[in-house]
Amino acid sequence: MSPQELQVQQKREVEKKQESTVPTRTFLPTADIYEAENALTVVLEMPGVDKSNVDINVESGVLSIEGRLDFSKYEGMQPVYTEYNIGTYRRSFTLSNKIDQDKISAEMKDGVLTLVLPKAEEAKPRRISVG
Amino acid sequence: MYHPLDALFDFQRALEARLDSDWLRGATGGTGAFPPINVFQQGDNLVAILEIPGVDKGDLEIQVKDRAIRVSGKKTFAYPDGVSLHRRERLTGTFDRTLTVPMQIDADGIKAEYRDGVLALFIPRAEADKPRTVAIS
Repeated sequence: MSPQELQVQQKREVEKKQESTVPTRTFLPTADIYEAENALTVVLEMPGVDKSNVDINVESGVLSIEGRLDFSKYEGMQPVYTEYNIGTYRRSFTLSNKIDQDKISAEMKDGVLTLVLPKAEEAKPRRISVG
Repeated sequence: MYHPLDALFDFQRALEARLDSDWLRGATGGTGAFPPINVFQQGDNLVAILEIPGVDKGDLEIQVKDRAIRVSGKKTFAYPDGVSLHRRERLTGTFDRTLTVPMQIDADGIKAEYRDGVLALFIPRAEADKPRTVAIS
């Protein structure tokens, strides 16, 4: 198969449930998700985000990722021609598997975050006796 | 008090206002429109910023000729064997784009920085191209 020419993927903006006081733009990182027997892997593209500016959170079965840009790099620069906008990346997913939160591993390379979420051992059924 | 978020909002609006401006007069040739480019002025010089997440530095080539800067390369990745793919939004492939700037540049002075999936090209304006102040005698 010959390599395909890459096309621009327009950045999708996050649809907010609540409005923020300062109406900055937030974008959805492009994502791949795949599942193996023991773990779920989430790959997110967040160009311009340093690994120190990434927050990963799992709460009530929802995985949330936020990546912030170091916007100070743009100081003293006047845009003359633009094709894309920049802003914070934010995305969350409802997890269908129980995840072992202590064992989540994250790696960042070339603006791509790879998250490996190991599945937790299913809670064993318990017998409850009526006293 | 000026909040950092206000600064970001103002900057996002400035980017929006320049969206597809005719400053380059259609001078961004090449095949396809990937990667997207933003061009900034910084003093006398230009800075072009391209988003190419997932591209390895070794797969990136930058060439300069006269006022044209060509950025080409490929983006590749593979999924491990035996996984079931739930969501597939990322793309692989090749790209080749040329940016022609509307001023004389110092081709030897161009610097390229690649970090976190973002390529920044620092393009100095040629000395001969800078305006001179004419003293009135």
